[in-house]
Amino acid sequence: MKDAATRDAYGQALVELGADDPRIVVLDAGVSDSSRSKKFGDKYPDRFFNMGIAEADMVCTAAGLATTGKIPFATGFACFLLGRTMDQILVSVAYSNTNVKLVGTHTGLAVGEDGPSAQMIVDMAYMRAMPNMIVVQPADWEETVQATRALIDYEGPAYFRLGRPKVKGIFDSSYKFEIGKGRVVKKGSDLVIFATGIMVQESLVAMEKLAKENINVTLVNISTIKPIDREIITELATSHGAVITAEDHNYIGGLGDAVGEVLLDQQISVPFKRVAVNDQFAETGTGPELFEKYGLSANHIAQAVKNTLKLK
Amino acid sequence: MANPNITELEKKALELRKLALKIIYQAGSGHPGGSFSATDLMTALYFGGIMNYDASNPKDPKRDRFLLSKGHASGIYYSVLAKAGYISESDLDSYRKINSERFLSGHGHPKTPGIEIASGSLGQGLSVAHGIALGTKLDGNDSKVYVILGDGELHEGQIWEAAMSADQFKTNNLIAIVDYNKVCQDNITKDLKDLEPLEDKWKAFNWDVHRIDGHNMEAIMNVLQLPLHPEKPRVIIADTIKGKGVSFMEGQTAWHGVAPSAEDYEKALKELV
Ligand SMILES: Cc1ncc(C[n+]2csc(CCOP(=O)(O)OP(=O)(O)O)c2C)c(N)n1
Repeated sequence: MKDAATRDAYGQALVELGADDPRIVVLDAGVSDSSRSKKFGDKYPDRFFNMGIAEADMVCTAAGLATTGKIPFATGFACFLLGRTMDQILVSVAYSNTNVKLVGTHTGLAVGEDGPSAQMIVDMAYMRAMPNMIVVQPADWEETVQATRALIDYEGPAYFRLGRPKVKGIFDSSYKFEIGKGRVVKKGSDLVIFATGIMVQESLVAMEKLAKENINVTLVNISTIKPIDREIITELATSHGAVITAEDHNYIGGLGDAVGEVLLDQQISVPFKRVAVNDQFAETGTGPELFEKYGLSANHIAQAVKNTLKLK
Repeated sequence: MANPNITELEKKALELRKLALKIIYQAGSGHPGGSFSATDLMTALYFGGIMNYDASNPKDPKRDRFLLSKGHASGIYYSVLAKAGYISESDLDSYRKINSERFLSGHGHPKTPGIEIASGSLGQGLSVAHGIALGTKLDGNDSKVYVILGDGELHEGQIWEAAMSADQFKTNNLIAIVDYNKVCQDNITKDLKDLEPLEDKWKAFNWDVHRIDGHNMEAIMNVLQLPLHPEKPRVIIADTIKGKGVSFMEGQTAWHGVAPSAEDYEKALKELV
């Protein structure tokens, strides 16, 4: 298990997977050092297109490349990659159903000091709302590497949500990532947490605290936010009788809503709380400071678990 | 390449204008003005022996590509695709109609054979065409990629992002054609946002710039037959007339996005001879 940022795992995976698959091409919008796509560019300069600070052009160029049978990974800071290009993604990628992988790094409050214009907290809402688009957010190194491979095998538009800070290694090579499947990380009984991305690690910390108070919860890693794993949510929400979701994203339109929709659709009426950004812009500060102040830290997750259990 | 008979091509263009007007009339909606300004250019590309394509094998990787970035001119696009054999003329009856088997939507989509990418949002096609040009180069194909842009479309900033990119990557198999009909939707281009000096703009972006009369078939054929520039992408600024061929439509913003009435349709047909 390896402690590293998911963007680092992505850069490394591209280099390895690109070696014997000439269909893989990578584009960036002038941030390839930070997004780590530069690693691919250094190795395979012919298949790397740095489009400059021109995200709209990059997304549509990727769509064009896809029509020639390439598998383009259009990479950039999530806030600009998506924020600048909703229309381009809608028409040239989602509606055209081109095989473009949009890779947004630097997501959520975890970005830290650069402030709210750089902290992308609405991207899952954007991408979930688009027909034909799937949304994948890995939790650690191993899952990122496996998910990168899976996205190559998956034909169709995808959004890959990656993070800036180093996260703990959670999975070893026995882990099997599959698009559309949630995975139990730890088994308990009192309540189930559905977490995604960096919040899987945060939830594990919360669970250690809770265990000391004899509260034992189940943790599920939801790395495909769309299409969401309806079976695992239905089954575990029913068997545990209380649900928490955890995501570094606004509470509108992300994992919490996706899980809540399943509960509503399946008429599962259980205590349910979303740990997420409370529909506000944060501020500058380190990632952990922001997590504490804006309700995403392990302390907040632990508190949310206790509050939810009271409703059971 | 054998030089196709100019008179034949002019006849073809006339037929295509009639067909486009017919399907817009039948649909009761559509964009005649921008269809007619682009007709001669598209006629030369598809029927003048310029583009290498095989309608029975629309996904042939070695094909030349065509993109209509100003996708609202779908009336002429589908008419051309029908005459070229990608779809049948009877398919055209479903233009803009529900349950259209060939998906003949108001703006094109790759579900229709012969169409590479969806359109409808102006400003995207040059970037997409550039991506295709880069992809075919990677494959070692000598495919050319043609894209028709509207003049109003050049107001979109993304066009100039793409212009910079194609220069940077020296994408010389990319050929943009500006259908410079001087009219947009709600105003004439000059009064909305003037594009001039337009040739200088493209030259400043380091493109190989040509300017022609976009209704002179000989001039169109000549410029399209030029060998590729060794490194620069090419832009052909084609001076055109919106609604070309029907006197009461020519140069009129009013004919940007409306179908003719029965009376106007009959009147127009009398001129398209
Ligand atoms: C991004 C975008 N904005 C607005 C429109 C609505 N629209 C459709 S056609 C048009 C005018 C286009 O003018 P031009 O590019 O000159 O095309 P032409 O005159 O050849 O029809 C507009 C504003 C659109 N399709 N896409």
